[in-house]
Amino acid sequence: MSLINYASREINCKIVYYGPGLGGKTTNLEYVYEKVAPSSKGKLISLATETERTLFFDFLPVDLGTIRGFRTRFHLYTVPGQVYYNASRKLILKGVDGVVFVADSQIDRMEANLEAMQNLYDNMAQHGYDLTHLPFVIQYNKRDLPNAAAVSDLDAALNPGWPVEDPERQKVTPDPYRAGAFLVSEINGVWVERVPTFEGVAVRGDGVFDTLKAVSKLVLKTLG
Amino acid sequence: MTVPRAASWAFHEEDSQQIRGVLVDFLRDASARTALLVDRAGQMLVTVGETPTFDPTAFASLTAADFSANDQLARLLGEPEFGALFHQGEKESLYLADIARRVILVVLFDNRTTLGLVKLRMRSAVSELTTIFTAMFARQAGTTSQVDAGFVDAAEDELDKLFGA
Repeated sequence: MSLINYASREINCKIVYYGPGLGGKTTNLEYVYEKVAPSSKGKLISLATETERTLFFDFLPVDLGTIRGFRTRFHLYTVPGQVYYNASRKLILKGVDGVVFVADSQIDRMEANLEAMQNLYDNMAQHGYDLTHLPFVIQYNKRDLPNAAAVSDLDAALNPGWPVEDPERQKVTPDPYRAGAFLVSEINGVWVERVPTFEGVAVRGDGVFDTLKAVSKLVLKTLG
Repeated sequence: MTVPRAASWAFHEEDSQQIRGVLVDFLRDASARTALLVDRAGQMLVTVGETPTFDPTAFASLTAADFSANDQLARLLGEPEFGALFHQGEKESLYLADIARRVILVVLFDNRTTLGLVKLRMRSAVSELTTIFTAMFARQAGTTSQVDAGFVDAAEDELDKLFGA
């Protein structure tokens, strides 16, 4: 839950990178840390095992500067992807303002993607959060690998959408990030909403900023 | 994508002043160095006393994670919670206590005082802060906090500058 601190004139928002193990969540943060100007970033903290697998979380604060008198920051967190670290994963979601799901595009990781997505929905629900009502984007990472699944297959599995009940929102909404795609559309008489998706190759930075910028803008809209 | 309005809470100047008053009295009575309030999501709310030399943002995120992890440990033991945690260093130590299940009070102290005195003085400080925060959260329940018109556009411009338009 974002905090507007009128006393210290600060606004802090929390974005969590979620997804299967070895999918590229930490790599996303490392790229942001490398490329953002030193004045706009804090320390990158990694609570990792000796083999550099995330044990608890990675944390990177990104500073937007002072906007209308408020120092505005995004706190970026990753969770450990490995299945057995669920207790840690759940803790990190506390107070989340926006979620990035980093999917591994490789065909043989589809099962792991689905399991992580289900786990995300479950853990959010246990905190009382509804993922369908929060800023949420998906990154299909590792698009450069030869065994990457087609984006349409990843969409079908990980971003099938949910029904839109509110009549006011039942209108065709183009996806601003993908030409020819829609975030809200009518399919076989049912209005369906999907989340924005981005193709990425996080190791070389492709899609990393686009993903972060999209979720950050959605989070900002919740403040206004 | 559905974007809810104002999923946020606010910390106002008048609450801050009241809370600072409690913490200033506590630090004096306990002879402790610094008191910090961190919310459970890892955001720094207030710092009173000697200005810390460490990175406060990193400190706040680690404090929240520390407290949350220990909360889960308590549950594994069948305890509803560990209401307080103590980390002992050679020169500097930390004492952490829960406030209204939403905020963590962190006290830094050194060998100018004792754990016993800090714990003793913290009891009344925790009680006062719990009353203040409980009233504050009750007052804000069901309300939304929004930023000034123009903030979102200005922030989006900054995002474009930072990450490329």
